[in-house]
Amino acid sequence: MSKHILVVDDSVSIRQMVEMTLKGAGYTVTTAQDGQEALDKCKSQQFNFVLTDQNMPRMDGLTLIKNLRGLGSYSKTPVVMLTTEAGDDMKAKGKAAGATGWMVKPFDPNKLLDVTKRVLG
Amino acid sequence: MSIDIEQFHGVFFDESDEHLDDMEQLLMSLDVESPDPEELNSIFRAAHSIKGGSGIFGFDALMNLTHVMENLLDKARNNEIAVTADIVNVLLETLDVLKDTLNAYRDETAIPQENIDERIKILNGVINEQSTDAALGDNGALPEISANIQSEGDPDESFGFFDDEPTSAGANSDDGFGFFDDEPIKEELSYNEQAKSECNEDDGFGFFDDEIPHISVASQTDASGSATTETIETETGEEEQGFGFFEDVPSARHINTTLETASSHNSQRAAKQPSSAATTDLHKTTNKSAASMPAKPVAKPSSKKGTVRESASIRVDTTKIDAMVNLVGELVITQSMLSMIGQEVEGQVGERLQLAIDELQRNTREIQESVMSMRMLPLTATFNRFPRLVRDLAGKLGKQVELVLQGGSTEIDKSLIEKIVDPLTHLVRNSIDHGIEMPDKRVAAGKPEKGTVILSAEQKGGSIIISIIDDGDGLHRNKILDKARSNGLAVSDDMPDAEVWQLIFQPGFSTAEAITDVSGRGVGMDVVRRNIESIGGRIDIESSAGEGSAFFIHLPLTLAIVDGMCVSVGKQIFVIPLLNIIESFQPTNQQLKTLGNDTVLYIRDQYWPLVPLYDFMEVEDAALSPTEGIVVLLESSKKRFGILVDALVGQQQVVIKSLEEHYRKVAGIAGATIMGDGKVALIIDADSIATTYTSSQIKELLS
Repeated sequence: MSKHILVVDDSVSIRQMVEMTLKGAGYTVTTAQDGQEALDKCKSQQFNFVLTDQNMPRMDGLTLIKNLRGLGSYSKTPVVMLTTEAGDDMKAKGKAAGATGWMVKPFDPNKLLDVTKRVLG
Repeated sequence: MSIDIEQFHGVFFDESDEHLDDMEQLLMSLDVESPDPEELNSIFRAAHSIKGGSGIFGFDALMNLTHVMENLLDKARNNEIAVTADIVNVLLETLDVLKDTLNAYRDETAIPQENIDERIKILNGVINEQSTDAALGDNGALPEISANIQSEGDPDESFGFFDDEPTSAGANSDDGFGFFDDEPIKEELSYNEQAKSECNEDDGFGFFDDEIPHISVASQTDASGSATTETIETETGEEEQGFGFFEDVPSARHINTTLETASSHNSQRAAKQPSSAATTDLHKTTNKSAASMPAKPVAKPSSKKGTVRESASIRVDTTKIDAMVNLVGELVITQSMLSMIGQEVEGQVGERLQLAIDELQRNTREIQESVMSMRMLPLTATFNRFPRLVRDLAGKLGKQVELVLQGGSTEIDKSLIEKIVDPLTHLVRNSIDHGIEMPDKRVAAGKPEKGTVILSAEQKGGSIIISIIDDGDGLHRNKILDKARSNGLAVSDDMPDAEVWQLIFQPGFSTAEAITDVSGRGVGMDVVRRNIESIGGRIDIESSAGEGSAFFIHLPLTLAIVDGMCVSVGKQIFVIPLLNIIESFQPTNQQLKTLGNDTVLYIRDQYWPLVPLYDFMEVEDAALSPTEGIVVLLESSKKRFGILVDALVGQQQVVIKSLEEHYRKVAGIAGATIMGDGKVALIIDADSIATTYTSSQIKELLS
């Protein structure tokens, strides 16, 4: 069974691009447009990997990650945060929230696949 | 594998358009005195999204400018910069440049690089000027972020795992398994890393049976750090030590161990608690995070509904809907043919057929309505462009104007929306330029300094009325009459106001003393009226000098179907749009007056031109005497007049078929439709009749 990845981004274009990229590599992809929607989806199904943007309306990436870590079933799921700010401050926040890693935007599709492979094995 | 990124460009452009519009609206409505943090955040997010997308899709010019803009907005939302009206202006102007840039990318034309550079300079100027106090933070922030952007080219820098961070590993050089090292640093510990370590241990050592090794590993780690870590690595079969995230590989595999598993973890941990200090900490953290978790999702219960609604909509090509509208039109015709035939069937079968036809009729109407509603869009998007326009215009003219928008949610056919924008823009501009007075003049006239322009829309029956109302100076009857005379138009001093106001729609008609930068150039009111009439609408004016003016645009709900009154003339059937009809009656001899060779109507102390339709359309066998026929009083944007027909046949919705497309344009005819019996009926164009019926009486009365 192919790995199921949840992609969270408020930007339709980025969401589509990430989705197509990952689907092209054989992963199953579900998308959510903000942290709240992602959290709702995570409550009803289990993803193998969550890739989330940081800046989003309603619920941002960090809050999503914190919430996910609070769900028993997501305590160990890899969560990578997409961010344009990769300063130490943001990294510290990401780490504190419980993210597995971070990835700087902009990125190219191949890098995305690279990271995904490394996370999902 | 290679991904064709260009396929996402269209979506990105649309999305960025929306973001830019959102930003514009938010900026416009921003209360400079005490900006709403959430609004500042939204503006920031929009800029941020555009930047992110443009970076990924390689629109560097767009990215560079949004990047600087984002910096400014970031400082604004963090209260490092006080937002002033000037800054809002700078941001709005930047939006214009961004729109140009976006369009340049979309149309693949030259990017306005000079403007972009200028904007970047101005924005940076604002940032530096505003945050001189916080100069340190500012100087630090800029290079940092740009460094991040540059790091795009450096694959090793552009992502990471927190286990890789030197900070997370503390002094320990073995970053890979930072979680063990992290255990002593309790405050920094996240539940995640605890959980990760937990999971790693579980995966490394199994589940229930491994309780004892698990504990021993944990305590060992506490004692001796990285040496133990390596042991575990070997045990878990990991090859690369350098990357902490490999720990997660097993966890990903084990994801299907659901909550149940997790809770059994917890109970395990609880059991282990006394034996390991680290686990106690872990447990504490878990509790802490568990306690803080529920608060946030609960805080926004309403937002969930919004999501459901949004994801429930799809984008459909408009040509598909147009095709459906056409087909429904055909269906309406077929249905009315059926009901005609149905009336000829007698007996029990006839009754049953009639029932079925009634059912069909109801369903047809419902299909028609729902297809029509698909084409309907709220006017909100159209209205929302006006605050900016009004703001800029008022600023340029030194006037104070408040724009009130009402009824933006009123829905109107999409094709009409596109055509109504220009006339509306023109009218709103006029209201501000010619209508609203300068503040001092307003005060002198005893009015509030700030003028008001109301732009509103409402649905009344089968038509939409869009009004542009201002409390400005109003139209001046004498000025207009003077101007009309000097333009060589035949006018009289006792013309009713309504007719005087209609004069401003004459070509070349402007009573403005001086042509300003704003109005008086390009299209005139004649073009406004022509545009509105071309979409089957009309425009009315009400005004009183010194108090203000109101322009009312009446539009049909849709262009495809019209509510009409079928009338007969001889053997012909004509359809008169209900929109134009004032009333219908059979005239008495007292109501008919003879003027020269022609007959006119005298109703309510007013003379009305009478157009015999049989004469205009050259129909034979029609009732020639008005007292034997029916007069339908019509109101067009130009004139009011009566037309003489033989009889009223009935009211029905008809599907408009273009006559031009199939034949050619005919004066007095707006189009054709197919009736239930399959015959073609012509649809009357009241405006066109008013201007083309050239009988002497019309000339006399209309002029």
